[in-house]
Amino acid sequence: MLEGSDRTREGAARTRGSARPRPAGRRPAARPAAAEVEPAARPGEAKGEPEPVARLAHRHLLGMLGVTAGEITLILDTAKSLAEVSTRAIKKVPALRGKTIVNFFMEPSTRTRSSFEIAEKRLSADTLNFSPSTSSVVKGESLLDTARNLEAMTPDMIVIRHKASGAPHFLARHCRSNIINAGDGAHEHPTQALLDAFTIREKKGRLAGLRVAIVGDLMHSRVFRSNAFLLKTMGADVIACGPPTLLPPELPRLGMQVTYRMDEAVEGADVIMMLRVQRERQRGGAFPTAREYYNLFGLTSERVRRARSDVIIMHPGPMNRGVEIDSAVADGPYSVILDQVTNGVAVRMAVLYLLAGGTLGELAG
Amino acid sequence: MPAPQPLCVMDADKIDRALTRIAHEILERHRDVEDLVLVGIRTRGVPLANRMQDKIRSIENRDIPVGILDITLYRDDLTTVGPHAVLKETKIHFPIDDKKIILVDDVLFTGRTIRAALDGLMDFGRPRLIQLAVLVDRGHRELPIRADFVGKNVSTSLKEMVQVLLREEDGKDEVLIIQKPEARTSGKSRDRSAARAAR
Repeated sequence: MLEGSDRTREGAARTRGSARPRPAGRRPAARPAAAEVEPAARPGEAKGEPEPVARLAHRHLLGMLGVTAGEITLILDTAKSLAEVSTRAIKKVPALRGKTIVNFFMEPSTRTRSSFEIAEKRLSADTLNFSPSTSSVVKGESLLDTARNLEAMTPDMIVIRHKASGAPHFLARHCRSNIINAGDGAHEHPTQALLDAFTIREKKGRLAGLRVAIVGDLMHSRVFRSNAFLLKTMGADVIACGPPTLLPPELPRLGMQVTYRMDEAVEGADVIMMLRVQRERQRGGAFPTAREYYNLFGLTSERVRRARSDVIIMHPGPMNRGVEIDSAVADGPYSVILDQVTNGVAVRMAVLYLLAGGTLGELAG
Repeated sequence: MPAPQPLCVMDADKIDRALTRIAHEILERHRDVEDLVLVGIRTRGVPLANRMQDKIRSIENRDIPVGILDITLYRDDLTTVGPHAVLKETKIHFPIDDKKIILVDDVLFTGRTIRAALDGLMDFGRPRLIQLAVLVDRGHRELPIRADFVGKNVSTSLKEMVQVLLREEDGKDEVLIIQKPEARTSGKSRDRSAARAAR
């Protein structure tokens, strides 16, 4: 049934979207040609990588919008060095000894919160976890009051996840601590984008010039927004794909290619980033059934074959197997989904470390 | 601006002779090189450790392992020193339990770098002993730390900086004493107490 639908779409082969620069070469032709171009392109790319700056310009990490290529390189380079700590027998260094970090998670999260917590502990910080069930928020306390009370206990950093877009920015205006956005509503999730970039760079050696297909519910995805800003800053080509009901209308204005056809999106891709269908954020029927979504936008082995032979497949988790991604692909040889989780710790260590180091200079300046 | 002329206290030949002597001294004290390992402190301790490995190889015909330690994460001044060096990877790819470690750095000054390095090494295991080899000892210790092997003792004032240039990093071998520029702290400055005072 799936193949049937695939063939129909292929057969349809309408005139392609004007945004697509590649020649409309079909599967067998496109791949070897791309492979030949690659070796020549790489050394130049390596030299073209932006130089890391000495320090981050801001004392908070609220989003990827406005973070420069030099800063991104600084974070990724630092993360690369910090990854070594997690390979030791004693997985701990004293860099953030005596720092107190509050993990203020107002939305359910396993991966991100445990990743931050492990990162904090490996840097020897003292951590405090704050979640809706244990906080006074359920008793009707406002975000500002909660934040003021937290601040009164003089933490050094607050890692916040909140269902409202802009909550970290609000906190940043009212708190002395460094604020790290761990996901705010449908706005941004900067550390996810950084760990995705780290993973891509680890596997591909670079970010610039890569063709990255991002597929799924882009409308509600903070992971998409942060990734789009970061990838654009680093010079990658982003192809956005999803059902029209779940694509933000302003994408072309951000210099992104947009397609509603999955096969077109993954064609020749270096990276395929699948995003979760966020049922909890969608109002009403953005698409009829999960089965139809899978048929049109699910990542199957057949579709993976359209991408580059060295494609990597990413997913920020948690996965809906059989909705946006087939199990065989999620657990297959191209999947780097678990590398993303591993790298998340190193990247978050780097962000914490760099923000801690910048504290005094920022306050003095 | 007319900077005072830097004073050269060691040239390439003197550096080479000092390293040869240190290699002999290490072998004199450690008859058995079986458990001996060298660990260079980033940045300039690393080429020095590599050179000592070469010297020991040419004398004893034995290869002793060299590790690389980045002490940035162990420093006591993360939030007091402004722009810090970009963190580099620590590479100690051999077990250090029960090993005799020669820690190698370019300049011994306050002793705080060595304190941090000792903490770092302890996180990798329990060595039998740790000894310290430095190219230059410039005095002004702030901690009870001393070197076991010294290339050259140089008496300095706190207004001066000692700069070690090595061909692997800087294209030439030279040890210079430089008058510190007034007020503004330079990135190359090793004088952290003065840097803190300047703030």
